[in-house]
Amino acid sequence: MNLVESFASFFSFADVNVRYVTLGSVLLGMSSALVGVFAFLRKKSLVGDVVAHSVLLGVCLAFIISGTKHPLALTLGASITGWLSMYCVDLVKNYTPIKEDTAIGLVLSVFFGIGILLLTSIQHSGNAAQAGLDNFIFGKAAALVGSDVYFFALIAVGLMLSVAFFFKEFTLISFDTNFAKAIGFPVRRLELLLTTLTVLAVVTGIQAVGVVLMAAMLITPAATARFWTDNLKIMLFLAMGIGALASVSGAFVSFAQPNMPTGPWIVLIASFFALSSFLFAPRKGILAKMFIQIRNKRQFADENVLKSLYQLGENGKDFLCERTMREILGRRDFDTKALKSSLQRLCRQGYLKKTSEGWQFTTEGFEKGKRITKLHRLWELYLTEILRLAPDHVHDDAETMEHIITPELEKRLEERLKFPTVDPHNTEIPK
Amino acid sequence: MDAFWTILAASLTAVSCGLLGCYLVLRKMAMVGDAISHSILPGIFFAFWLSGGRNTLAMLIGAGLLGLLTTFLIEFFHKKAQIQSDAVIGITFTSLFALGVVLITAFAEQVDLDQDCVLYGEIAYVPLDLWLSESGLNLGPRVVWIMGSILVLIVLGIGIAYKELFLTTFDPPFAAALGFSVTLWHYVLMGAVSLTTVAAFESVGAILVVALMIVPPATAYLLTFDFRRMLFLSAFIGVMVSFSGYYLAKWLDGSIAGAMATMSGLFFVLAMLFSPIRGVLPIFKPKE
Repeated sequence: MNLVESFASFFSFADVNVRYVTLGSVLLGMSSALVGVFAFLRKKSLVGDVVAHSVLLGVCLAFIISGTKHPLALTLGASITGWLSMYCVDLVKNYTPIKEDTAIGLVLSVFFGIGILLLTSIQHSGNAAQAGLDNFIFGKAAALVGSDVYFFALIAVGLMLSVAFFFKEFTLISFDTNFAKAIGFPVRRLELLLTTLTVLAVVTGIQAVGVVLMAAMLITPAATARFWTDNLKIMLFLAMGIGALASVSGAFVSFAQPNMPTGPWIVLIASFFALSSFLFAPRKGILAKMFIQIRNKRQFADENVLKSLYQLGENGKDFLCERTMREILGRRDFDTKALKSSLQRLCRQGYLKKTSEGWQFTTEGFEKGKRITKLHRLWELYLTEILRLAPDHVHDDAETMEHIITPELEKRLEERLKFPTVDPHNTEIPK
Repeated sequence: MDAFWTILAASLTAVSCGLLGCYLVLRKMAMVGDAISHSILPGIFFAFWLSGGRNTLAMLIGAGLLGLLTTFLIEFFHKKAQIQSDAVIGITFTSLFALGVVLITAFAEQVDLDQDCVLYGEIAYVPLDLWLSESGLNLGPRVVWIMGSILVLIVLGIGIAYKELFLTTFDPPFAAALGFSVTLWHYVLMGAVSLTTVAAFESVGAILVVALMIVPPATAYLLTFDFRRMLFLSAFIGVMVSFSGYYLAKWLDGSIAGAMATMSGLFFVLAMLFSPIRGVLPIFKPKE
């Protein structure tokens, strides 16, 4: 089967297995992304990891006590130990000087260790009914059946309804717990509810992707969504979308390549979305930030050139005279290459004119150079007059502030300093 | 004799992990250690694939590189993309682990390696995997030699660079002011963690490595205020965990790795309750 054929046959959903696996993964991806957003915002991303590692213990205990593998019994057992593990993390954190990260690692490894001990003990006991308990370790996304999907759907709908119903409360405890307490919200009970929802999402999700990768199903979509929006509602829908998309793609990969595991592919695809967002997202991505940095650096350099040109004209009051690069470099130590590109940019923007001898101010350029010089000297004066700094300590600070001060601030500064004419070094402040 | 070799191998692993773990716990980097133990999987795969078998040296190199890469990625995204550290740790190790599983599945014919062995190992096989010299002389289990060398390296490293590690752990700005490179020692430590993890993963698996790295040091932390004593205590607790874990596993007929993690948890609970200096029970609280 080539790629197009398998694509067509996958998305026709004619195969009942395909339907179950896809639907199951999507439901799981969406519900874990949903609670993951709150875990992420409360800086408790690794909580999912703790719960995932403690599920095995509950499953084994439930099996020992009930003697069956009824999904309800196993899920109940898993939820109890999952829940208990989170309680233990809080206990260790609150009653000993041990920090949260150590508490998390401690609880998850010990709970998982006990789980493994019990599981192997059950396996060695020769009880034939135990086969399949280890699905809780590695997941079995590719082998989901109808009853699993109904169960996932039930949990997913429950989670979504709870979040929709308690949206305002969850938002508040995620962003400002103290405020929530102050206005009388039952914060502890709400946190308990959120914890329970997380445990439910993990306990169901783990059967598809396994212990290690469960943490990714919770936080990767949330962290990805955070890079695209500042609005919580949009973030929730976005995270759910990313979780669903990664799940469908993962299910497709393991359909097209039957020996490929579904869970790891879901996580790999979600990680790919995350990585792309970290790098390329507008405004928050690494590249966007680098771009802003470069732009600011250029703006500073250009304004420094205009300032130097203005200062060159100050002695002879010949501001509109043309200047060579050597003269500019004599005034201020620029990197020659950076200066050249600054000059060209300023010509393009209409602040400078290129002449046969060198460069010359246009009226706009002159005004801008004058303003930067003025801001520099105003700020120096402000620092010495109002903040009482020594005159030889104010230059460096003014070098930065001259590029940042807005016209409104400029007006306030002038008023405060009573429209001064000279700066602390007795040079004239231009009008 | 089997019991002796197994407990010896477990103790060597536990002491190595415990010593390194003291630094991790105090640097608040326990979860970075956990992340490394999972994300070295692709490194192990590449080592298997390139060397065509369980070549210990290739695995150490592969895992060491992946460990450093994990540390670097966590730092990079935390600083450059300003993602909170808990999330960035989770995303990094799950991605690399998923990549490792996918690679191992894709090349399953060439690579004889399975997931559950990576996760929880099987230390009970240690006495079976013997190192025989050319002349057929039985030198004892291979794992004991590997873990023994790792332990010697760690003890030597801590002995030689005790001051540097101590200062960069407790007071990084002061260490930097004295001219020690905080970044360098950070990466040295993470490199050591990766090497130890991969050396131990065959026998005890990734999860137990985490348990041994975090739980004995955390227990020792509750018992003393002196760092040197904390190192010795966590080594001692590691040995006790190995002994008691082995016999617990025999009794329940279960995984030795799991039993060791269980025992370490038990020791921690005891310390948490009864520690003379930091215990929870009020009767053991020191008088004001």
